[in-house]
Amino acid sequence: MSDSTRSFPSAGSVGRFVPRSYFGVTFALLFLLTLGGSLRVAQVDPRLLFERESLANLARFVGGMFPPELSWSFLSLMARPVLETIQISVTGTLVAVLIGLPLGLLATGSLTWSGILHEQRPAAGRWLLGFVPYALARALLSVFRSIPEFVWAFMFVRAVGLGPFPGVLAIGVAYGGMLGKVYSEILEGVNSQPLEALHASGAGKLGIALYGLLPQALPNVISYTLYRWECAIRASAILGFVGAGGLGQQVELSMRMFQFNEVVTILGLLFLLVAGVDFVSGRIRARVVR
Amino acid sequence: MFELENIRKVFGDGTVAVEGISLAIGRGEHVAFIGPSGAGKTTLFRLLNLTLRPTSGIIRLDGLDVTSLSDAQLRDARRRIGTIYQQHNLVGRLRVVHNVLAGNLGRWSTMTAVASLVSPRDVEGAQRVLTQVGIPEKLYARTDGLSGGQQQRVAIARVLVQDPDIILADEPVSSVDPSLAASIVALLRDLSAESRKTLVMNLHSVDLALAHFPRIVGIQEGRVLFDLAPDKVGAELLSTLYAGHGKEEIQRERFDEILPVSGVCRPLRP
Repeated sequence: MSDSTRSFPSAGSVGRFVPRSYFGVTFALLFLLTLGGSLRVAQVDPRLLFERESLANLARFVGGMFPPELSWSFLSLMARPVLETIQISVTGTLVAVLIGLPLGLLATGSLTWSGILHEQRPAAGRWLLGFVPYALARALLSVFRSIPEFVWAFMFVRAVGLGPFPGVLAIGVAYGGMLGKVYSEILEGVNSQPLEALHASGAGKLGIALYGLLPQALPNVISYTLYRWECAIRASAILGFVGAGGLGQQVELSMRMFQFNEVVTILGLLFLLVAGVDFVSGRIRARVVR
Repeated sequence: MFELENIRKVFGDGTVAVEGISLAIGRGEHVAFIGPSGAGKTTLFRLLNLTLRPTSGIIRLDGLDVTSLSDAQLRDARRRIGTIYQQHNLVGRLRVVHNVLAGNLGRWSTMTAVASLVSPRDVEGAQRVLTQVGIPEKLYARTDGLSGGQQQRVAIARVLVQDPDIILADEPVSSVDPSLAASIVALLRDLSAESRKTLVMNLHSVDLALAHFPRIVGIQEGRVLFDLAPDKVGAELLSTLYAGHGKEEIQRERFDEILPVSGVCRPLRP
């Protein structure tokens, strides 16, 4: 390009075409336009919050929360949903690992098609043999995770009926998609030198995965899986709204009957649950990630 | 054993790493490669251990052209070649016993490989080779807790478990201190001599090469500059070999280490 642009070597490839100052201005303008448009389209109107009817509704809702329902009979009734929520999250995460790990391994380029040291041009037939499963796994994972767990739950409730099981399936599939994607990224990021050594000694792909890839990736894999479990606890509360069991279903029942004092108790329980899970997974992580 | 016929290796980015090397290495022979960093020695080793495919030329292993091998035959061929790397290339989080037994992966079934991670197979075998390299007490230690020299011994033990016909050692001692370096080179030489293995070593230290090897090959800019007995390698030849490589040497060396990770090298892949 022209001489003036040559004086911006640090701006990288973009700087070769657009001098840096225009670049910033253009971006700022685009950002403002996007923001303005978003406010309009999302119908952001703070006045609505302060209209009389809204305020009255809000007051009824908040007022109804107090005093929270803390009677023994209600609390003992909640024991089962609490347990159910924990079990949905644990089983759901387990299903997610069972889906995510094999797909994640297939979606790891260094294992399936690009080679440990990024070999690019093997014979066309062989290239396809590695690339097709890789691309299929990637596509499947992205379908799994791009559909929200809420929608999955909705579909599974239709398929297998009300109860915790559709919740487990929903978390399993949606989180399986996320875990698989992240697993493959973790696996691609490990130090390739030990893999090269195993490759050179005649080890097969599974051997390389078992003795080179997975041991190196394990701390991150476990850490991320635990993080997903924490998310699963929260998600399992939401899933109850579409009839997938757990605490969420109780929230929905109490809401529908305008028992806001019960709602606040259940939310409190959920808070304790999430805090407890955070604590437990934090302890496990501290032990494993060394 | 090995026959190279006019081997060239050009990487995807246009770098010519090996420019027409022809040489033959016989069974049980001990050969040292010396030369400045960036001369193509590491690439040559990757060609020899069949992880890189030459751009042109023929590599024969026991008379067989390796480019004609099927995937399974290629794995078999690789199993017969053990490589020891400058950076050990061990998995630090695994216990020593698993890193050592990984030498079996070329012949183990997947089931055996999995089972051994739970309860190590052939512990006696691992113990025996660790005794050979002088660290029997480290069997169950975590590998990243060992010193650089000890880790290099673990890497050697892994190759002994693999029990190859040929041992390739690529700068095996440049990350350990000089006093250890001599003992590790001597260890490799004696172990190979004992079991009649072919030993090919890249060495940074000319002195070590001259002291321990009966055949010295000087590599410069991807070509063979000389291929002589150590007593024929004089000061004049050496200064030609390392001409123009003074301080710059150290920088080049770091560049060398980055290459494989950045994906410039393209190995042979099944």
